[in-house]
Amino acid sequence: MKFRVERDSLADAVAWTAKSLPNRPSVPVLAGVMLRVADGRLHVSGFDYEVSSQVDVEVQADADGAALVSGRLLAEITKALPGKPVDIAAVGSHLELVCGSARFTLPTMPVEDYPTLPEMPAAAGTIDAATFATAVAQVAVAAGRDETLPMMTGVRVELNGTSIAMLATDRYRLAMRELEWSPNDPDISINALVPARTLNDTAKTLGPLGGQVTLALAHGGAGEGMIGFAGGTRRTTSRLLDGANYPPVRSLFPSTSNAQAKVSVAALVEVVRRVALVAERTTPVLLSFSDDGLVVEAGGSEEARASEAMEATFTGEALTIGFNPQYLIDGLQNLGSATAVLSFIDAFKPAVIAPADDEGEIVPGYRYLIMPIRVTR
Amino acid sequence: MPRERDPRFGPHADDSACGILHVDMDAFYASVEIRRRPELRGRAVVVGGVGPRGVVCSASYEARRYGVRSAMPMMRARSLCPHAVVLPPDFPAYTAASRAVMQIFRDVTPLVEPLSLDEAFLDVTGARRLLGPPATIAAHIRRRVQQEQAITCSVGVAPTKFVAKLGSTRAKPDGMLVVPAGLVLDFLHPLPVEALWGVGEKAAATLRRLGLTTVADLAAAPVSMLRGALGEAAAAHLSALAAGHDPRTVTPDHAEKSIGAEVTFDTDVTDPADIRRALLELSDKVAVRLRSAGHAGRTVTLKIRLADFRTVNRSRTLTGVTDTAREILGTAWSLFTTLRPAEPIRLVGVRVEGLADAASTARQLTLGEPEHGWREAEAATDAVAARFGRSAVGPASLLGATNRRRPENHPRSASVPLSDPPSPS
Repeated sequence: MKFRVERDSLADAVAWTAKSLPNRPSVPVLAGVMLRVADGRLHVSGFDYEVSSQVDVEVQADADGAALVSGRLLAEITKALPGKPVDIAAVGSHLELVCGSARFTLPTMPVEDYPTLPEMPAAAGTIDAATFATAVAQVAVAAGRDETLPMMTGVRVELNGTSIAMLATDRYRLAMRELEWSPNDPDISINALVPARTLNDTAKTLGPLGGQVTLALAHGGAGEGMIGFAGGTRRTTSRLLDGANYPPVRSLFPSTSNAQAKVSVAALVEVVRRVALVAERTTPVLLSFSDDGLVVEAGGSEEARASEAMEATFTGEALTIGFNPQYLIDGLQNLGSATAVLSFIDAFKPAVIAPADDEGEIVPGYRYLIMPIRVTR
Repeated sequence: MPRERDPRFGPHADDSACGILHVDMDAFYASVEIRRRPELRGRAVVVGGVGPRGVVCSASYEARRYGVRSAMPMMRARSLCPHAVVLPPDFPAYTAASRAVMQIFRDVTPLVEPLSLDEAFLDVTGARRLLGPPATIAAHIRRRVQQEQAITCSVGVAPTKFVAKLGSTRAKPDGMLVVPAGLVLDFLHPLPVEALWGVGEKAAATLRRLGLTTVADLAAAPVSMLRGALGEAAAAHLSALAAGHDPRTVTPDHAEKSIGAEVTFDTDVTDPADIRRALLELSDKVAVRLRSAGHAGRTVTLKIRLADFRTVNRSRTLTGVTDTAREILGTAWSLFTTLRPAEPIRLVGVRVEGLADAASTARQLTLGEPEHGWREAEAATDAVAARFGRSAVGPASLLGATNRRRPENHPRSASVPLSDPPSPS
């Protein structure tokens, strides 16, 4: 294997692939990135048995072949290289890398020990990359991080004809985003539970590339239990989580509300951040809504305390409700609008945050439900 | 350490400002063993792990003469003192003896702060009018412990806690040392810096590099020099101690930090269903105790001891506090299933830590949680139990549970009571 490649495209490709490599690989070869040259292209790939990522880079190929080297090391090296063409060649059990006057020799691992990357499932349809990235970020924020509740660490993706719904919950909040896409089969109806972290990382890289993202999801047969994403020259596959018993969380969104508040998203985020400085880990920020507006408070009678008043348009009976400040900020920050509408039933029932337009009308498509913290005083 | 026999610190020293006593039992575990086996008196007795990896817990003064010390590997103790009688520890016996001794202290003053099974601080300032000056009280305590418990203790009498503790150490064994307020510095200054509370091997080495070997050196050293070597907090702390200052008061009631229960099986258990039933029973017991104390906790710890005595602790911190058996069990069970030990299990325990006052504590609600959930159901069982006793109501899966468990602290009873028996009405 011997080729010449642009420094930036190599560094990008290696950095992205190396990011998904396991920190403590079960077998040493999984710490490697595979460099394979064929048909004038370089394929850079990484795999940890759960997630595979692969990116193609245009190169001047002198000789085809493959080499497996430490992903972390190669990523650090390529990042630090000067902006000159990079020459790479496999020489015996080493990889020679020359860039300008810099020369590196890296040991390689046996290519034949490397597992075969899973096949990409059949393409199911496409969606605008930027829209997809925003939608995933809005939902993934509500997914759980507790590995002992694996179902909660996933985003449920429901593909139904031309609409996609994505849902995630960690039992304390629940986010749902609905949007349109272009399915290959207009009668498609598939549900999948995708690991939230992988989905979020993938969407974050594919979004800025622009264009379309291809979702690949098998109906059964080959590629069952896998999902694939392709955008630009990048491809990721991930194993799905078992979502057969995913609870019917949609019904948790209340159908009615007793009170509503319209607030500026930026102002509320800022106020909550400030006031929450005195809140301890398990203590809430308290939001008191009335005709006069909103007062945000935190802190105990013996500890530090803070309060701040801000403008809010409130309809309904005056209400004081407590929230985990981070959960509140997570919801507000992903609305993608300047104004938020908060709907309440009472201080112990789920509250719903939705984006609103300049007239204060709710924009459908995204809802973030948040469970209050019950405070007894 | 040479014994202090300086008349300035004897029983007739001026004890007028010496309200603090530090009482330390002499070779406590060994003394308790000798008490019940008088034929051991005068012999080298070592209590500790008898296995190949055992460690010395306590050694009689006869054994100490050969260099045997606490926390020393038993192998080494045996080679230092081959004729020593080595006994495995019997903690229930030591706990009982400790309780009796602490009761003697509490007869003197309610201000008793136990540090461990065998030592405590006492504030006797308020007991003077009834019982006389501190040195007299100390002598009285020593006499009672000797007469009633047939073991000896040493007492330090001083104006502050740390000087009292140094005093008892220097009075050992079976002695008393009074450090009059006017002589605190005379007492402290000849001592090596290691004697001070908070000076370990590392700090002592640092101080030695600065040429400071005695407390007097330390007292004379500028604080700025100490600050550079030890940091702000340690420097301030040590200067205060070297000057004889210690603002700590004797605080009798340490707030409970955790509530737990454990059970050792009569025969090692492998069936997960049996484990789950035991965990339910323990979770219920812990939850009842939490609720009756008005506590709720955030961290649930599961303890498992395998047949080969390997002990594993796993804990998880919840988003909010809990005081329900259901949530405690849910967490403990999920910790257990994650662990999935292959070997038979000898003991399981459940503990809730990070306690806070349940009433004033905020609780993060969960999606889909019924308005009247397990918390209310369990509170209702508390109400029923208050009237008819714990046996009247409880988890159905514990009905007909075989009495195969042997509760840790009641070696003779056959079954684990879920709580105290019903009170006669």
